[in-house]
Amino acid sequence: MSDSPKPTNPNPTNPIARYREARKERIDSLAQLSARDRVAVGAGAGGPGSDWTPSPDEVSVTESGTIEEKPGVSLWRSAWLRLRRNPVFLLGLTITIIFVLVAIFAPWIAPKDPVTGYLIDQVRRQTNPVPGPQPGFPLGGDHLGRDLLSRLIVGSRQTLIVGVLATFGGFIGGLILGTLAGALGGWVDSLVMRLVDVMLSIPSLVLALSIGAVASRPSQWTLIIAIAVVQVPIFARLLRGSLLAQRSSDHVLAAQALGIKRGPIIFRHMLPNAMGPVIVQATLALAVAIIDAAALSFIGLGDPDQRTPEWGAMLGQAQTYIYDHPHLAYYPAICIIVVALGFTLMGESLREALDPKTRR
Amino acid sequence: MLRYIVRRLAQLVGVTVVLSMLLFFWLRSLPGGPVNAMLGERATPDQKARLEAVLGLDQPLHIQYVAYVGRILRGEFGNSSAVLPGADAMDIFLARFPATIELSLVAVTIAIIAAIPLGYIAARRHGSILDNATIVGSLVGIAVPVFFTAFLLKYWFAVKYGWLPVSGRQANLGCTRITKFFILDGLMTREFDCAASALKHLILPSIALATIPFAVIFRITRASVLDVVSEDYVRTAEAKGLTNRVIRSRHILRNAMLPVLTIIGLQVGSLLAGAILTETVFNYPGIGEALVSSFRGRDYAVLQILILMAAVVFVLVNLIVDVLYAVVDPRVRTR
Amino acid sequence: MTTTTTERRAAVRETAPLLSVRDLTVTFQRHGEEPFRAVDGVSFDVRPGETVGLVGESGCGKSVTSLAIMRLLPKRGNKVTGTVNFEGTDLLSLSDAKMRDRRGRDIAMVFQDPLSSLNPVVPLGVQVAEVLERHRGMSRKAAMPVAAELLKRVGIPDPVRRLRDYPHQLSGGMRQRALIAIAVACAPRLLIADEPTTALDVTIQAQILALLKELVEDTGTALIMITHDLGVVAGLCDEVNVLYGGRIVERGDRHPLFRDPRHPYTNGLLASIPRLDAAGERLTPIPGSVADNLPWDHACAFAPRCSQPIEICTQVTPQLEVADGRALRCHNPVTSGWSGPSAGQTEGDVAR
Repeated sequence: MSDSPKPTNPNPTNPIARYREARKERIDSLAQLSARDRVAVGAGAGGPGSDWTPSPDEVSVTESGTIEEKPGVSLWRSAWLRLRRNPVFLLGLTITIIFVLVAIFAPWIAPKDPVTGYLIDQVRRQTNPVPGPQPGFPLGGDHLGRDLLSRLIVGSRQTLIVGVLATFGGFIGGLILGTLAGALGGWVDSLVMRLVDVMLSIPSLVLALSIGAVASRPSQWTLIIAIAVVQVPIFARLLRGSLLAQRSSDHVLAAQALGIKRGPIIFRHMLPNAMGPVIVQATLALAVAIIDAAALSFIGLGDPDQRTPEWGAMLGQAQTYIYDHPHLAYYPAICIIVVALGFTLMGESLREALDPKTRR
Repeated sequence: MLRYIVRRLAQLVGVTVVLSMLLFFWLRSLPGGPVNAMLGERATPDQKARLEAVLGLDQPLHIQYVAYVGRILRGEFGNSSAVLPGADAMDIFLARFPATIELSLVAVTIAIIAAIPLGYIAARRHGSILDNATIVGSLVGIAVPVFFTAFLLKYWFAVKYGWLPVSGRQANLGCTRITKFFILDGLMTREFDCAASALKHLILPSIALATIPFAVIFRITRASVLDVVSEDYVRTAEAKGLTNRVIRSRHILRNAMLPVLTIIGLQVGSLLAGAILTETVFNYPGIGEALVSSFRGRDYAVLQILILMAAVVFVLVNLIVDVLYAVVDPRVRTR
Repeated sequence: MTTTTTERRAAVRETAPLLSVRDLTVTFQRHGEEPFRAVDGVSFDVRPGETVGLVGESGCGKSVTSLAIMRLLPKRGNKVTGTVNFEGTDLLSLSDAKMRDRRGRDIAMVFQDPLSSLNPVVPLGVQVAEVLERHRGMSRKAAMPVAAELLKRVGIPDPVRRLRDYPHQLSGGMRQRALIAIAVACAPRLLIADEPTTALDVTIQAQILALLKELVEDTGTALIMITHDLGVVAGLCDEVNVLYGGRIVERGDRHPLFRDPRHPYTNGLLASIPRLDAAGERLTPIPGSVADNLPWDHACAFAPRCSQPIEICTQVTPQLEVADGRALRCHNPVTSGWSGPSAGQTEGDVAR
């Protein structure tokens, strides 16, 4: 057996040997890079994994010559690289940015004061309940003679405030419950999750209504709290799931082995890693919050003060004039739909970009 | 299988207990407390004092809770103060519930019939124009508030062209009532005009209500079919030379329907929420409309039973779906 | 023994091939990316009753070859050229419907992972019976006893009761037996087994290979055995095709090929198998991986991993040269001969 061919000691001047050494070094450095940044790209480079399947994705990796062109990219960076060219995401982002800007600068953008009944003289309860479009009032007025356009613009503020505060409230509530359940486990986990199950088993609007019923007077805050409570169980489940999944993962075990206390591990190592899905959920939750806020205002849970313009409430009031003036409903509805769509498109494409299953 | 059902039933009991506690505290935190909740805000101080004694509000909390659970089990939720003043809250629920079931069943049926084939086709033509169009369509569908869909349908098909009724559940035809399900009643008594009228009243609200489950079922079906199509056993089925029809029904859809079934069960919650809005727009006398009127009129007795029942129905339907799931999926059944 | 085998082989080589693959090329094309040839001009024959091995590492194109023959590659993202002649018809130019009629009846396939290759929500009996219903026109009622018979034949105990079982209730070996039963249900003339033992325990592997061998000998079915494991080939195949980078690099009858491997890759593969007669000696793996390949266009793809490359290997594409029933694609073949298992010392001595 002495003459079995061993991998011959490569002659340093041999062109292939040089090629091979250079190739190895590149792959090694790539692997190190990938280990640091948790790259998905590096995994395919070695190629000793599964048998060849006719998936064109692996081609770029197994094919010679393409590996060095793929730099090590972190999860978020690679997600951004893909999102940057995704028209759906860009549309959602544009809508969202415009909406936020309009909401912030609403009082300066709105051509008229949204509260003053400029056209009140034209309103006749029987013959002409809603003044039509006219110079200075491109969309006409509402049933109290107020400028419809200005009310729509200023109404965006209410929508943004309610949406953001409610989602934030839901996130905080979910963070507390989810962290308690996921980090402590045991009976705390069971108790919290039963509570979450119950909250999930009550239809969102029913839950919101029952929260609203506790308040002696409906206000903007009832609305925000009601929607926030609806979001709590969703965030709680999400965070708990993520924490549980991480409890046995390598970086947490490593931190434990280093003797780091439970609190710092949870807050510095586990929670930051759970933020990806949470941010996605928050974006989607904002859309839901905006639609729910509109629905609740429509039912009458919102701010009873009719002076503050709010899209859902405007839509509700339009019901009365459905026979002759459906446009009163169209405008606020279109605003709600466009804004909700903006957040949904953004959230969905974010989710897709961060989901390893759809990373193709 | 049996153990599985028993475990799910135990969970159901757990959820109901927590729910009753929440409701108990909810009642106490209402403005005016449980007495107001049961008698309404316009009751005299004398009435209130008498009820307070009957309810034992001077007793310790846990005794009050036990008494409260007893009242729930006996169906004593108090009398309505606004929805139908003086009527028993339980009776109002029982009268309204069939209307909502009728509406929801029709809506879910529409959603399933439309969403599953469309989801399947979109997945099989993954990446095509049709696929992308339906995806965008379902995203838009999610962004449109149900009450606006209802509003649009009502305006165009009922108000503007008058093809379908604007509101209500049935024209006043003096129909015989047997089950409180009007279509079923009409068919049973052969009063076909009654059934037709009930159906006509259902068309617009059920289409509006169907939009939400449609979008969700469509997306799940599409994603699930996409997953299944790349499974090895579908390739095996192809390698057997089976016909497309057999591959589709036996090998793709039978597997792809499992997650869809779960989602349909979870849709009950959003269906009830949607019913609240559609019923309000169409003045349809179901529990959704009752919820809104009881909320607006601060009719806590009615509100209370509706909240409880909404949650119980949700949990029950999901239990049924889980059992169904076990029947369909042998991996659960034969465990 | 060697003489008789050689004579038998010579006789087999005279018969007309059952399957004749010529210049089969599969190109994967994804928009925005370079097209990639997973299979690159592969030609080989399978004669009736013959067992042919396609051997190579992951990514060498052996599975893609089999899927291309069965026309089971995804419809989009790839292009298949060449011809696959099966009993006088080119399978690649058949209509979808005609191909569907042949799959499972004339050509059947056994896949690698028996659990994921069986439908989890359909009873085993139905999964066997549906092939009979499709190609034999049987009713479900008539097909079920036949299905039970098939299960019995592949060695599944208590077959009648097993008909109602689901795949998850069976062990891995039983599942692979069931897949084989499905494949041989219509007595196909060609069976393609794609790594049928890779997902199984070593002891079960031997049983499954024995079963395949028995079926092939009993029915005269031709078999294409796709594997990365030369041990599997040693016990089963009449002829072996060694694939590298989508091309055949060496072909030969089993005995000559094992006795005298000419291509450095084949040589390396043989050197990396544990052998009973080489106890104590270190195994010599082939360095690097498929990712190191050079493109075939102006070089030998294997050159970067080769143990004896010469300058020309990185400059000129080696051609497949055929002589005496053997074929070789190499500029600098192994000459000294590998002093491994000598003639007649093949199947039993290779562990596994």
